[in-house]
Amino acid sequence: MQLISVISLTFIPFLIGFILLYGTFKQVPTYESFVEGGKEGIKIAVSIIPFLVGMMVAISIFRASGALDALMNWIHPLMNTLAVPAEIVPLLIIRPISGTAALGMTSDLIAVHHPDSFIGRLASVLQGSTDTTFYVLTVYFGAVGIKKMGDALKVGLLADLVGIVAAIVVVVLIFGTK
Amino acid sequence: MVNYIWVFLAIVGIIFGLFNGTMEEVNKAIFDGAKEAVTLCIGLISVLVFWLGMMRIAEESGLLERLSKLFRPFVKIIFPEVPTNHPAMGYILSNMISNMFGLGNAATPLGIKAMEELKKLNGGKNSASRSMVTFLAINTASITIIPTTVIAIRMNYKSASPTEIVVPTIIATIISAIGAILIDRYFYYRRSRKG
Repeated sequence: MQLISVISLTFIPFLIGFILLYGTFKQVPTYESFVEGGKEGIKIAVSIIPFLVGMMVAISIFRASGALDALMNWIHPLMNTLAVPAEIVPLLIIRPISGTAALGMTSDLIAVHHPDSFIGRLASVLQGSTDTTFYVLTVYFGAVGIKKMGDALKVGLLADLVGIVAAIVVVVLIFGTK
Repeated sequence: MVNYIWVFLAIVGIIFGLFNGTMEEVNKAIFDGAKEAVTLCIGLISVLVFWLGMMRIAEESGLLERLSKLFRPFVKIIFPEVPTNHPAMGYILSNMISNMFGLGNAATPLGIKAMEELKKLNGGKNSASRSMVTFLAINTASITIIPTTVIAIRMNYKSASPTEIVVPTIIATIISAIGAILIDRYFYYRRSRKG
């Protein structure tokens, strides 16, 4: 488990070093390219503000009113038998539907439970390892005019389920449930 | 669907607050929630700017293209119906690489291009072909190598080790991608047995 932390820690600096050396070797104007690409980062961060504001306000209302606690109490026994913390259930529901909404929920979970808690880590891994099936389906099939989706939705949702189970198992195995 | 969930969260919260006597907290939550979201996005700028800058270098130096060549034989096995030198193959690979490096905005147009080519391969029919279902399955499993946004959020909330989730995310993502491919194969063979 120590090894995994070390790999996690050194992976990004190594990757960055490699990209920079490769770019220099291929005579790319590295610094100028970096700045050009970076500009896009600002655009993305600003463009997700409305999505996050909308979703985080709705979740805040839901939590502050006590409705979230009521829901948690209600589903707790069921989730406990499945070894899934009830707190992440709303995230599991919204993950296949909207990426930005899920990002809002993940941020909320990380903020409330602390990033280094079981729930914080689980939300982190879930956000990174699954995608918005409905969005991908609508955008890709919509753009090219596919009307009969065949098994696409079933396959996508089952794949999400596998991703969720995998995320839970991996987090429990690597970090434990604290 | 997200519209209904969004309205549901807010309305149920407000009604619950009304009966629960937590209206004051609800009021506070509205403005705190909004402020929190904006603060978070500002916090995300640092990582997004840095990462997309790095990725531009990777793109211009041809590194991303090299990677996609590396993955070609593997993708050929997953998409047996796509001819090796068909443009669809190129788009599928670029889409997967973009997704892997957290370039969602670049991935979407490439994915749509890939779909267009797959549709041509399928004789322009308006029903999903086998390759299209496979392509979607892989996309929804989203193979990620660096979950940049998540790292940024964790940094923002003072994680002792924001990047400790990188390897777990890679492992989970690989399992879900393999799962997606197997599930896709299963449904394909079930379809073909039915005729």
